[in-house]
Amino acid sequence: MVTDPAEGATPGDTSATDGPLFRVDEVGVRFGGLVALDEVSLSVAPGEVHGVIGPNGAGKTTLFNVCCGFVTPSSGTLHWRGEPVRGLRPHRLAQMGIARTLQGVGLFRGLTVLENVMVGADRHHRAGFTSALLALRRSDRDERALRERAHAVLTELGTETYADRLPGSLPYPVQKRVALARALVAEPQMLLLDEPASGLGADDMAELGTRIRGLRDRMAVVLVEHHMDLVMTVCDRITVLDFGRVVAEGTPDQVRDDPAVIDAYLGEEAA
Amino acid sequence: MAVPVRNSESDEAGRSVPPGRPRPLDVVRRWLPRSTFGRHALLVLVGAVAVVLVLETTSPFRNSQFATLSYYAIAAAGLTVLTGLNGQISLGHGALMAVGAYTTGLLLGSAGPPPLILVLVVAAAVTAVVGVVVGAAASRLHGPYLAGATLAFAIAVPGLAIYFDGVLGGEQGMQIDSPRAPAWFADAIYFLSANEMSGAKYLAYIGWATLLVVLLLLANLAAGRVGRVWRAVRDDEVAAELAGIRPGPVRVLAFTVSAACAGLAGAVLGIVVRLAAPSGFTIVLSLGLLTAVVVGGLGSLTGALLGAALLVFLPPAVTNLGTAAGLSGVAAAELAPLVYGVVLVLVVLLAPTGVVGGVRRMWQSIRNGAGRSGVGGNGRERS
Repeated sequence: MVTDPAEGATPGDTSATDGPLFRVDEVGVRFGGLVALDEVSLSVAPGEVHGVIGPNGAGKTTLFNVCCGFVTPSSGTLHWRGEPVRGLRPHRLAQMGIARTLQGVGLFRGLTVLENVMVGADRHHRAGFTSALLALRRSDRDERALRERAHAVLTELGTETYADRLPGSLPYPVQKRVALARALVAEPQMLLLDEPASGLGADDMAELGTRIRGLRDRMAVVLVEHHMDLVMTVCDRITVLDFGRVVAEGTPDQVRDDPAVIDAYLGEEAA
Repeated sequence: MAVPVRNSESDEAGRSVPPGRPRPLDVVRRWLPRSTFGRHALLVLVGAVAVVLVLETTSPFRNSQFATLSYYAIAAAGLTVLTGLNGQISLGHGALMAVGAYTTGLLLGSAGPPPLILVLVVAAAVTAVVGVVVGAAASRLHGPYLAGATLAFAIAVPGLAIYFDGVLGGEQGMQIDSPRAPAWFADAIYFLSANEMSGAKYLAYIGWATLLVVLLLLANLAAGRVGRVWRAVRDDEVAAELAGIRPGPVRVLAFTVSAACAGLAGAVLGIVVRLAAPSGFTIVLSLGLLTAVVVGGLGSLTGALLGAALLVFLPPAVTNLGTAAGLSGVAAAELAPLVYGVVLVLVVLLAPTGVVGGVRRMWQSIRNGAGRSGVGGNGRERS
């Protein structure tokens, strides 16, 4: 029943160990009396695309927020590259090698597309405050390096023509791509995508699927998504949540036929 | 001087400019130095020449008005960076100026007063330290709460001067000895313009030299990574945090830089006015700075300069017009706040992004109208 998580996936070149890249162990989250997550476990192998699905209110976003340090779990542990993670704060993610996109787009609306992506690359910066204040050569060089990184990723995603535009003036699918570029430019080892396909048409969604598959030789991807077609075609493994519990875990085929999954989705509709 | 705060136009490589659509500015840009420092230093140099020309050809009365303008502009430049780029409102900048002015007064009043440049640096540093403390508290507050907290600070600080009246001079304030122009400087000016150096003119030179240095440094910050990170935190804290940026320290840094500017402004004010008194640093000063920044255009250094100029030159101009129209002295003087208020309302209604924002939008619509081809324009300017 349990298959090798890395099966069928190209192993990430950054993985030092054979173990999982990221592991969530029996995490519980309570908001007052409400149990949002109950002993949820999840394991992401290097170079794997891992989907998290479930009906509305199943706790998918809460799980993401735990992974990012926005929510501190009441119980359970997180492991990153075999090391336990304690007191995780969102601003530490970038340095650890984890990037995340936000529901919607979450772009900086007063910054141009290029600047948005440059902020995503901020963890690569070297020059400090003083060299920026005096506009030393070091600061200019640093800026040029960040700009080149940003341009490269924008070109990869076919959005380089919008570099000087403000995000608010762009079509929604382009904004989504810019948001993805901002996450990719940090060169993470794991990318968390929160509903990357929301608001996209069929063509854009198909392109997104291909793109996500193409990321596997560089990073692991975890995605929360509602569109079943996309999830079933891109994911190597899927974790199904319902009422804060894991009700199924496995390959798309295993999950598709799992009675607990059918129950979770149909049960919701009947209720 | 036109210091672009957002460097969205293009990069040095000119790569992000769509080909086949020459911009009028490209020709100018080709002749500008490639490095950020070179470009900004060139603008400052042009500004310095303009300052010498203006101060040498205007009356002593205008000289003193320009001196006043310089310290308002220094404070406004610091505030526009804080409010426009980092999104923090401060009603406490008048109080921060008081810190700078009193520090200057204490230093210049001491037995062996240090050289002027050291006095200015120390005044900026002391105010920056106060700024760290206020900024640390401010970084946890947003919107009206931040306004309230900085308002309390603005009201509390002048009270300190009255409480410690032994050292700080109480209600009467503290006399400040204005520095005299050193012989070499007076000689240099005489050599350039054949004009004698006057006290008021020297003070205007001090103010404008300080202002140009402040503008240079702020433009450097705004054009690079620091300014970008400030704006990112302003626009979306969560997204900035996910990019590895800690919003708290970023806000404190912005507040500290802004406070250092306010301290410098206070130091220049003290030297120009020759007095640091609680009545000079009321909430009216803080509000005046904020309106100057809003009228000029939030986040724009050019806008800060324009707003400060309006603050200094509009009231006397209106009063003169009033007297010329046959109003009594008192009635003419009352006209000034009225006109200032009307200007503020008009700007907010007609050009919510301030004078600079309005001009920028006009320029963009002209450009888009002229060459509507390819991926046009930079989109609409915001904030």
